[in-house]
Amino acid sequence: MSLLQVNKVTHSYGSRTFFNWKDRPKKVLSDISFSIEEGTCLGILGSSGAGKSTLGKVILGLERPQCGQVLFQGHDIYKVDKHTLHKIRRDLQVVFQDSYSSVNPRMTAERIIAEPLENFEKLTVGEQKRTVVELLERVGLSETDLKKYPYQFSGGQLQRINIARAISLKPKLIVLDESVSSLDMVNQTLILDLLSELKKDLGLSYFFITHDIKAAYTISDSLGILENGELVEIYDSKDHFFTSELSEVKEMRDSILAEHPRYRTVRAR
Amino acid sequence: MSRLKIEESNVLEVKDLHVHVKTKNGVTPLVQDLNLELKRGSVLGLVGESGCGKTVTSMSILQLLDRKTSKIEGSITLKGRELNGLSDKEMRKIRGKDIAFIMQNPMNAFTPVFTIGHQFVESIRTHRSCSKKQATELAINAMHQVNLPNPGQLLNYYPFQLSGGMLQRVMIAIAASTHPAVIIADEPTTALDVKNQKKVLCHLDKIRSEYGSAILLISHDLGVISEMADEVAVMQNGRIVEKADVFQLFDEPQHEYTKKLLLARPLLHVNQPIIPLA
Repeated sequence: MSLLQVNKVTHSYGSRTFFNWKDRPKKVLSDISFSIEEGTCLGILGSSGAGKSTLGKVILGLERPQCGQVLFQGHDIYKVDKHTLHKIRRDLQVVFQDSYSSVNPRMTAERIIAEPLENFEKLTVGEQKRTVVELLERVGLSETDLKKYPYQFSGGQLQRINIARAISLKPKLIVLDESVSSLDMVNQTLILDLLSELKKDLGLSYFFITHDIKAAYTISDSLGILENGELVEIYDSKDHFFTSELSEVKEMRDSILAEHPRYRTVRAR
Repeated sequence: MSRLKIEESNVLEVKDLHVHVKTKNGVTPLVQDLNLELKRGSVLGLVGESGCGKTVTSMSILQLLDRKTSKIEGSITLKGRELNGLSDKEMRKIRGKDIAFIMQNPMNAFTPVFTIGHQFVESIRTHRSCSKKQATELAINAMHQVNLPNPGQLLNYYPFQLSGGMLQRVMIAIAASTHPAVIIADEPTTALDVKNQKKVLCHLDKIRSEYGSAILLISHDLGVISEMADEVAVMQNGRIVEKADVFQLFDEPQHEYTKKLLLARPLLHVNQPIIPLA
């Protein structure tokens, strides 16, 4: 049994808004099926507006799809009873793109990381502190950072705190929604390394949403291409991405920037 | 004679730039001992981690830093004219005309309450005496050049009605409409998705080759740098640690930090051999 199975999910947003009330609902996901095995990473590539984040929300149980089902360890997360859902919530975590807006600015790093522990586990004060310190060290920060507030951290460090919070309950699946996109090159690589390490050590699975081909290629085991709400292709091995003949994939491949000025195309000399 | 020639070819020269900022805990240096030259029609890439002073450098060239809290020392000359210490009134004539600025986040760079057309025409008419009608025509022409579909209609839209990639192209069109001598592009592609990045770079390059504008390209993405730059300056903690031709920098990086930067990037190894490190 796969860890997560998505069956024929279709979703659309009604767009009868104040500005625009004559339009029909817009389809954002149509007939999407895939599965994630335990301990693997599925990368989802797509340009903006392709429906990547919506798909992430559907998996997390935040956006009920109009058709189709999402099975997590065999349970349909939109149909299970409260008690099972509570258990599933533990195993499903998320890290978003904007590290600053996903933490409470009035909480210290300690309280931010301890929040899921408070909700799900009954630990004594001492145990909790020890766990938080362990988590901080796990993501490459130190005990001295415990009492710091979010504004005292850089973007990369704060993203580490978000990751620490996500792994605090030892989840099975983490949805990474553009988690490295707003970081600079050096931090991006460091966070990607950290994520791969955690995946190996804790047996995590990732659902890695990104528009960055290089990042997706670095971390994923399998790759899916989402285009206009349709999963146009899904590869078991990421190397198929470079051999695919599909026009969408070709267009994506062409947009990769050169790694060395020798291969530049914008200013071909 | 030869000296005159050298001075002519450098459009923008920054010499011994020091930027300090006053805080509660005393004076902190942000940029130290920075030297740059931009030649006509060339692209200088400025690389570095976040927080190393790339944006402060560009802001001090444009004299946009708060004068009460920061101190800029050194000389910044545009075509032989000293910019450092120039009054705000004089600087306003230069910003947007001689030096255009392309910002990282196109969504925040426009006022949400006016249409694109209003903002476009306003910036043309500040630097050029022409009627609104002429300015609109100029705007439409400039937008045609960056491949924006239906420019006439786009002018009536508000910024939130366009995508990030389109807005970035509008910003480039505005920058190009005054034929600036220097374009400062501060992370022009970071906020865009991959498909638009290359397009935006192409348009930027087109403007460079058409009007001979020099570009100061600030980026942490070495992909952008290798696509665009002639020369690269690597910045660390407010100092330039290495400056070299782009090919030389990628082939034989000299400074430790440059080597670290080159190693610290995800690579695909698709069509190219692994870059040997000297």
